[in-house]
Amino acid sequence: MGARTRKGWRKVINGVNLSAFIVVLFIGLPLYWLIISSFKTPAALGASPPQYWPNPWSGANYSQAFNQYNFGQYFINSVIVTLVATALVLIFGTMAGYALGRLPMRGKFTLMVTLLIISLFPEIAVIAPLYTLLKDLGWLNSYQALIVPYVAFNLPFAIWILRNYMLGIPKEMEETGRIDGAGPLRTVWSIIIPMALPGLFTAGIFCFTACWTEFLMALTFNSADSYKTIPVGVATFGTALEVPYGTIFAASVVAIVPIGILVFIFRKNIISGLTSGAVKG
Amino acid sequence: MATVSMDKINKVYENGFHAVKDIDMEVADGEFVVLVGPSGCGKTTTLRMVAGLEDITSGTLRIGGKEANDETPKERDIAMVFQNYALYPHMTVAENIGFALKLRHLPKDQIRAKVSEAAKILDLTEWLDRKPGQLSGGQRQRVAMGRAIVREPSVFLMDEPLSNLDAKLRVQMRAEVQRIQRRINVATIYVTHDQIEAMTMGDRVIVMRDGILQQVDTPQTLYDHPDNVFVAAFIGSPAMNLYDAVLGEDARSIKLGSQQVDLPDTVAIKRPALRSYIGKDVVVGMRPEHLRAAPPDYTGPTLIGNVELVEALGSELVVHFTIDANRVLAEGAVDKDEAAAVKDGEGVARVAAKTPVKPGDKLPFAVDIEDMQFFDTQTDLAIRD
Repeated sequence: MGARTRKGWRKVINGVNLSAFIVVLFIGLPLYWLIISSFKTPAALGASPPQYWPNPWSGANYSQAFNQYNFGQYFINSVIVTLVATALVLIFGTMAGYALGRLPMRGKFTLMVTLLIISLFPEIAVIAPLYTLLKDLGWLNSYQALIVPYVAFNLPFAIWILRNYMLGIPKEMEETGRIDGAGPLRTVWSIIIPMALPGLFTAGIFCFTACWTEFLMALTFNSADSYKTIPVGVATFGTALEVPYGTIFAASVVAIVPIGILVFIFRKNIISGLTSGAVKG
Repeated sequence: MATVSMDKINKVYENGFHAVKDIDMEVADGEFVVLVGPSGCGKTTTLRMVAGLEDITSGTLRIGGKEANDETPKERDIAMVFQNYALYPHMTVAENIGFALKLRHLPKDQIRAKVSEAAKILDLTEWLDRKPGQLSGGQRQRVAMGRAIVREPSVFLMDEPLSNLDAKLRVQMRAEVQRIQRRINVATIYVTHDQIEAMTMGDRVIVMRDGILQQVDTPQTLYDHPDNVFVAAFIGSPAMNLYDAVLGEDARSIKLGSQQVDLPDTVAIKRPALRSYIGKDVVVGMRPEHLRAAPPDYTGPTLIGNVELVEALGSELVVHFTIDANRVLAEGAVDKDEAAAVKDGEGVARVAAKTPVKPGDKLPFAVDIEDMQFFDTQTDLAIRD
């Protein structure tokens, strides 16, 4: 079956695969450079010609990030702020998405458009008034100074995703639940939420990533070292005279690991969430 | 175990649409009643009002003799099978069937026992651990049935449960649904737009149109003695041939276009009301099987049709013919596309398989006068006594 083998070979190298490969290279190379650089010694970092593979491997950058700088604390801060904000976004987003997708309500369209407009607001436009507001509340340098604005900024998008997901759940599912004897809360918990799970994963990952990488508000509202999140913390590594690239690389690698793990675990759910509504099914 | 009774039930939607008008009906304990009508006739709305999924605008609904207008679906103790089955996709077959029992806080071993019993009845035992997505259409349908019967409800409601199945499976499941209904023996209301399902399944059939109840009867009575033109046209396949006609002198003949068909005097004796229509317009109805190919020596009343099309079904021939009388189409009884395809004066006859007939022939049909139906042209009501 010689013809078949040639066909198989053509299957691997063709236009579509090649372009996908280029795209992956485009995104992957900087990531590769970041990861290998984080394991290089300071001397190897600036070497010319550049080292494509660390030699020797060094963990010094990582120990420096955690020991010389307060990276452990930044990491904990980021985890707290991101997890709480994401959880709140999902709770409110589910409720609002259900109401907007399902319940008879006046002015749904206006509300959805308003949400869309809000989600398009640039952060920078509201950061000054938010700062004075938080200052008056006495919330500067606290977790809620980030959690509350993060929820506000990410909720509209989450509501859109979840509402569209809820729309795709047949009305008979709830009616069947009612006939089976489930009350409204039970219906939402046992029937609607399990069916909307891919939507929840998608909204959750988007929100998690947005909060985890947010810089401007974190920098403005929480200047105290004990409340800095990873992006701000890493950016302020070093002094005016010295930029510790190796340490920054190491910290960045640690910062992207959680997102990588989350996406890897929930990849199937995220994809089905993203494509829902494309085909009625 | 309960009866269902409706007393002047009305449904008016918020937008003013009057979907169901003054429905009166009784369903006895253990009875299988089929609600049939064209789409949009209010049959599903009626069912949903019984289920408690739709508010009743006015009138009284009683389940087991107790007024149920304001009861929740749960309190009414009904089970319902939906057209799209509405199975919980994230639960296994066993969990789907047992969900209602779980909500009632039945002990786990009892739930398991009841679920496995229902599964046995429905032949689902080996699929209990599967998710609905892994099942075929027929199996999903049976899970939906299982979910309903496991609760031992007092009323069993079904909303076009077979319409998502392919034709062959539908025939099988018709028998299956009937078997299960006999076995659990509870009052059942079954909604369908398919008059064959209505005829084959119901102890009694309720025909609805535009929110109004047209006729409630056993399938055979409905077929033999339709109360009005709509029921006559809706029940039966191929449909009844309905023509404008003029009743002749002494009710001894009927004029269909240019043809005159003689009537024996028994016709008017059996239908005294017919006398007041002498010389007036009436609608005449003849079932396709009551028009047979007349043998050469036939002396009884005949009707000559121009053969347009012959469909050989093996067991019989379905002959489409035209006469020069005006064909009456009951609005809503056949869908619009179908109605548009009907030629002027077209009729259908079922004749014996080996009859030598081809398009273009002028075929004399022997008319079974005794089975002829007469209707008032104004009220559409049957002219009987």
